Amino acid sequence: MISLEGLTKRYGEKVAVNNLTFEVRPGIVTGFLGPNGAGKSTTMRMILGLDHPTSGDVRIEGRHYAELRDPLKSIGALLDATANHGGRSAYHHLLCLAQSNGLPERRVHEVLDIVGLTAVAKKKAKGFSMGMGQRLGIAAALLGDPRILMFDEPVNGLDPEGIHWIRTLMQRLASEGRTVFVSSHLMSEMALTAEHLIVIGQGRLLSDLSMADFIRQNSRSYVRVRTPERERFLDVLRSAGLTAMETGDVLELDGVAAEQIGELAARHGLVLHELSPQQASLEEAFMRLTAESVEYHAHSGPAADEQAPWGAGWKKG
Amino acid sequence: MTTTQQIPDQAPRTPSYVSPIPIGRTHLGHALASEWTKIRSVRSTLWTLGVFLALVVLIGCMMAGLVGADTYLNTPYTMPAFFGLLLGQMCLVSLGVLVVSSEYGTGMIRTTFTASPQRHRVLAAKILVFFAVAFVTAAVAIAAVGLYAQLTVGARTNVNWVPTVFKGALYVSLLGVLALAVGSMMRHSAGAITTMLGVLLVPAIMPAFLLFNDGLVDIAQFMSDYNAISALSLIFEGDRSTGTGGPQIALLATLTVLACAGAFAVQANRDV
Amino acid sequence: MIEAVGLTKRYGDKTAVDDLSFQVRPGMVTGFLGPNGSGKSTTMRMVLGLDTPTSGHVTVNGHPYRRLPNAPRHVGALLDAKAVHGGRDAYRHLLSIAQLSGIPAHRVDDVLRLVGLSEVAGRRTKGFSLGMGQRLGIAAALLGDPQVLLFDEPVNGLDPEGILWVRNLMKSLAAEGRTVFVSSHLMSEMALTADHLIVIARGRLLADMSVREFIAANSAGFARVRVPDTDPAQREKLTSALTAAGAQVLPEQDGALRVTGMPLPRISDVAHEAQVRLWELSPHHASLEEAYMRLTQGMVDYRSTADPQVGMRSGPAPDPAGGWAGEPGWSPPQQPVPAAARPTLTEDAR
Repeated sequence: MISLEGLTKRYGEKVAVNNLTFEVRPGIVTGFLGPNGAGKSTTMRMILGLDHPTSGDVRIEGRHYAELRDPLKSIGALLDATANHGGRSAYHHLLCLAQSNGLPERRVHEVLDIVGLTAVAKKKAKGFSMGMGQRLGIAAALLGDPRILMFDEPVNGLDPEGIHWIRTLMQRLASEGRTVFVSSHLMSEMALTAEHLIVIGQGRLLSDLSMADFIRQNSRSYVRVRTPERERFLDVLRSAGLTAMETGDVLELDGVAAEQIGELAARHGLVLHELSPQQASLEEAFMRLTAESVEYHAHSGPAADEQAPWGAGWKKG
Repeated sequence: MTTTQQIPDQAPRTPSYVSPIPIGRTHLGHALASEWTKIRSVRSTLWTLGVFLALVVLIGCMMAGLVGADTYLNTPYTMPAFFGLLLGQMCLVSLGVLVVSSEYGTGMIRTTFTASPQRHRVLAAKILVFFAVAFVTAAVAIAAVGLYAQLTVGARTNVNWVPTVFKGALYVSLLGVLALAVGSMMRHSAGAITTMLGVLLVPAIMPAFLLFNDGLVDIAQFMSDYNAISALSLIFEGDRSTGTGGPQIALLATLTVLACAGAFAVQANRDV
Repeated sequence: MIEAVGLTKRYGDKTAVDDLSFQVRPGMVTGFLGPNGSGKSTTMRMVLGLDTPTSGHVTVNGHPYRRLPNAPRHVGALLDAKAVHGGRDAYRHLLSIAQLSGIPAHRVDDVLRLVGLSEVAGRRTKGFSLGMGQRLGIAAALLGDPQVLLFDEPVNGLDPEGILWVRNLMKSLAAEGRTVFVSSHLMSEMALTADHLIVIARGRLLADMSVREFIAANSAGFARVRVPDTDPAQREKLTSALTAAGAQVLPEQDGALRVTGMPLPRISDVAHEAQVRLWELSPHHASLEEAYMRLTQGMVDYRSTADPQVGMRSGPAPDPAGGWAGEPGWSPPQQPVPAAARPTLTEDAR
């Protein structure tokens, strides 16, 4: 369990984190989302005691990070995959960490095995690819078998097998009753991994909801119906006071549960070939929520607006 | 472009895109403009050239005061620049290496070679732009020292110092180009700079050892006549009896041309 | 159009790319997939004339890359966002590239605006985040308004807004009739972006087909069926009716049923005959990731174990058939990859 209480961080004029209050609960994977510059990394750094809050408080199982007796056994974190001494081998990097927290050397071999780096354990971390660096960081996080795990962009640089692996790993860690807190920019990935979401924008808490609630609140959901008895179905709908949008051979119904339609169809003996509740993607919901708090806005439409002036100035050449 | 391959039925048959802006051919002029932008947009370049200027001009002016006025009776006013150039040549050598090795080090070379797969043109432009920059900077520095000496010491000699400006600048610029070629072949900054230090210092130091062996005396003599320090000292202090550095410049130019040829050959089909 | 014929690259004993032949066509986004170390980057470098093939050849619009008279006007590429000189500012970095092919300076302002970096144009790229570097690389690729575009992992380091932007950018570039060739490790992202896929592993071509075909060929779709939770007997009844009719039925966690091997209308009929009311009957296509995993099984270099506590407890070593392998390059027969945890959230537009 991680608890934040009015957590605030100012850098001079700029407020990076503004009065954040939330809890990260054990047993589930909690996603931590926000646009670039929203304050995600600063928040994570404050949880780990790397940055000091300007005001407010953050506790890990009721204690401050500095008060933890064996920090590695309480909380494991992957913040920046390249934050290790490049000249040291993966094995020695982990060994230093283990020794500093009184963990047996055996555990180093174990975590290397878990992340699949045993074969390159003696190689210098300098020559590691981004994906291998990421795996080494994950190994370090797992070293103390901690009850709380925090990952900042864990899939960066991993290949599809690695992405699949880390997703399964996080879900398994959570199902063992651990607290798993993970930030990511990949909405489609997050939708598959997290159960609960904390969204911040410009340092402020925007949402603290379960995945399903978050999507429900921030996007349109509807029911898709396909039926061979289209006209009769539309009649039945009309008499029930419902309207459907027709797109091709598919009908879309807003503001009604699939269960209701199913019951309605059963009562009138209607044959349905599809009855599927549809929800917008997490990405859509996220975009809607954070539309105002984005830092670098790119322009869409690569050609339309910028080609004319280029072509015009070209003539002289 | 005409498509002869079969496009699967479900694929949209979009006509291939054609840019509305006509596509011209590229030439060396483009590469020169690009290299000129590159060389002036990195601070380390400006710093290195600044240090070079400062070394040559400051040491030169200082030495101009220390050297007795009578010295100038038969040596050119630019002679004090020699002392600054001894150190300053290291700057141009480093810069020559960095101009190309920094591109390999940062991976920029892939961007460059993607934008201009005519690799020989890129290297040629690098050499020309670097040579021009180095030559002009060196000439300005040497001329500044010459002017200072002439103004402070007063007219005492008829030795024409203008040729020494050109020869001195040419010599150190060629050293820089040699370094660039070596950097292009070796790709690593540290290795290339070390190699160039060897080229500069070994021929100056080795004769002291070689002279102990009679069989090697000729080689020792050649090294002591043609090393970079002797060459510079001949250019600035030489007279008719010892020569004014002509053969030394010719040797360096030959070496530089060979190294450049090597660089062109090596990079032509290398994987980057 | 990019065309590779028998493309091969050897480094000493190791064959990085092995007799690869494929075409990347204009008008669509072609995804380039493969595990780490499968030869994707080497292939892209050979397309761009940076590496020389050991044998075979690759052409862009009919020419070997290095023979193109003005390459940036034909081909734009983002290979590595970090492949810039950090001491140079963004504007002059792009200017030096533009000048190489005679592109006017104001075009640099245009592409900077396009990727959203106008405000930081004068800053040295050393201080750029990965996402900003990625945008700079995309700007460089677009400079020459090229017909062919190559992107290697373009969304690396971008935030959600940036990811969406890149996706839409690639689609609109393809819609204009450009050839867009993009490699990525993010299957869920690829599923949303690409029309066509080229999959390689260990340097060899595994698949060259549309995304739809690829998923259909490498995995099975299923139907999700839900009956009223008020009456558990209905579920049993439907399960046995469907099984009797030849379908495979598996229970899902939330009480729904996963039915394979039977089209939706037939399920509807069977339910009707069994007098079971349906609360949900939705088609689910397997995910691209699932299809990809199945295809590339056993071709992965670094494999990880699944149990984070392995060895922590005293006891026998975990069963090697549990979904992991001890040595690189080898993998035991895997259990079917579990489908998306929350299928209703996955994009099933395809």
